[in-house]
Amino acid sequence: MRWLPVFKKEMRLYFGSPVAYVVFTFFLLISGWFFSNLFLFYSDASLRSFTQPQLGQNLNLIENVMRPLFTNMAVVLLFFIPMLTMRLFAEEQRSGTIELLLTYPVRDGEVLAGKYLASLALLALLLVLTLLYPGLVAYFTKVEWGPILTGYLGLLLTGAVFLAVGVLVSSMTENQIVAGFGTFGILLAFWIVGWGAEFVGGTLRNVVQYLSIGDHLDGFTRGLIDTKDLVYYLSGVGLALFLTLRSLESKRWKG
Amino acid sequence: MIQVDNLTKRYGLVEAIHDVSFSVDKGRIVGFLGPNGAGKSTTMKILSCFMPASGGTATVAGFDVFSQSLEVRRRIGYLPENAPLYPDLSVASYLDFVAEIKGIGRVARRGRVADVMERCFITDMQNRLIGKLSKGYRQRVGLAQALLGDPEVLILDEPTIGLDPRQIAEIRSLIRSLAGQHTVILSTHILPEVSMVCDGVIIINDGRIVAQGTESDLVRQAFPSARIEVRVAGASGDVAASLRAVPGVTGIETLAARDGAAGFLVEAERDRDVRPDLLRLITGNGWALQELHQVGMSLEEVFIRVVAGEQDSVEVMATDEAP
Repeated sequence: MRWLPVFKKEMRLYFGSPVAYVVFTFFLLISGWFFSNLFLFYSDASLRSFTQPQLGQNLNLIENVMRPLFTNMAVVLLFFIPMLTMRLFAEEQRSGTIELLLTYPVRDGEVLAGKYLASLALLALLLVLTLLYPGLVAYFTKVEWGPILTGYLGLLLTGAVFLAVGVLVSSMTENQIVAGFGTFGILLAFWIVGWGAEFVGGTLRNVVQYLSIGDHLDGFTRGLIDTKDLVYYLSGVGLALFLTLRSLESKRWKG
Repeated sequence: MIQVDNLTKRYGLVEAIHDVSFSVDKGRIVGFLGPNGAGKSTTMKILSCFMPASGGTATVAGFDVFSQSLEVRRRIGYLPENAPLYPDLSVASYLDFVAEIKGIGRVARRGRVADVMERCFITDMQNRLIGKLSKGYRQRVGLAQALLGDPEVLILDEPTIGLDPRQIAEIRSLIRSLAGQHTVILSTHILPEVSMVCDGVIIINDGRIVAQGTESDLVRQAFPSARIEVRVAGASGDVAASLRAVPGVTGIETLAARDGAAGFLVEAERDRDVRPDLLRLITGNGWALQELHQVGMSLEEVFIRVVAGEQDSVEVMATDEAP
């Protein structure tokens, strides 16, 4: 369990500097804005369904509020996660502290685990804070928690892939700006790659659709946990972290 | 304790060190000396297990730095060049992190951290952010983290750089006090530091080891004969011949006259101090003595000679940053 000291150090750095607070504040503001708009629209439609019953037929809290909210939050994470991960290795490489960190009696994998888990814990905390929104709804009406929890699981897994990609890019450069924008570019590419699926056919279409990060979130928001999606997320995290270890090793050889 | 054999490191086409071999015995303090870019830091990065070598082997405390890296890392304290630290952590929380990552248990940690802070004179800075400290304090925090865990071997890359003279003296005596229980290898380009702190010297230049041994051995090797500069005024007759006749003198070189005084460089047998005899000769003849002193007997002269000899130039002066 030698990852714990690095985990604690990263947590201290997140909360000892403004990074965590800035990201939390703006993520909660923006996701809160999405939630209140979606919820106001939903309650308005519910009111009008008293006089126009056909409006109420498809009205459903999960479909009309939570699903779009999850997709929106995933897009906001796409912007925010590079800011959480860009520092992790790039800063240590720029300042030279990596040289000390990698000569302490811990394996590279333990250093990586400490850093990755710290960023993952930060993300989990961020998502827990947004439980306030469905919690508020539950105060007024009966809420179906199943699909909400699977939606959160999907969001956490999506974020876990984002973080792993961010850590990988951060390990490849000593420039934080490059790490941040590089991560954002890669994530955006994986987000929009599915849009091209309509214009290609055959196997390529399946490949393109499978690669698209957003498509795998869809099932989770509907309350489905599909092994195919789980495999996608977990192998994505695994591959990115494996490449990070290789990148650290190559940095060692170059000094 | 440290055994290095035929170590070579290439960065692409550039060879940073070539066929470096040396050994350091337990409890000794060895100074690693060389001009900038000679390969000191590269060698230390390999010994500290940060970087694998391209060829050759190195063992620390009996473990190979490449194949048994974790074992080595448990036994070393490393201070890299310029003491890279986390500016956003306070001194105490940083040292607590280092103690924890070095595997010091929760109970012992507080005491051990307090102990190294005291030894490095940073106790009163413990709640400051590292980023707000002066260079000298940061250097000492770096030294404190190396000392945590009481490692058998300390690898210190330029430990006194950026310190003021009083701090340098404190740190030198701290390092000196480590001799015996700890094996220390420290790099520097301040020559007097080696004389003051180290038991032995390794001089590296252009990636190759050019001399190693104790300071007196090196001086003896570099200068097989003692050299004495003599300046006398008001001399009559053949001064050179008279000096040459003194027993033990092996050669005379005439120097340019200065302030009306004739100058001679007297070479003499190393094991025989001819200075009293020279003095007696001069006063006996009634010449006015201006100067009589031994030259070329310091490590500095050795360094200039071996380094310049390699590069065939005298421009490499390693003393420009001396305190």
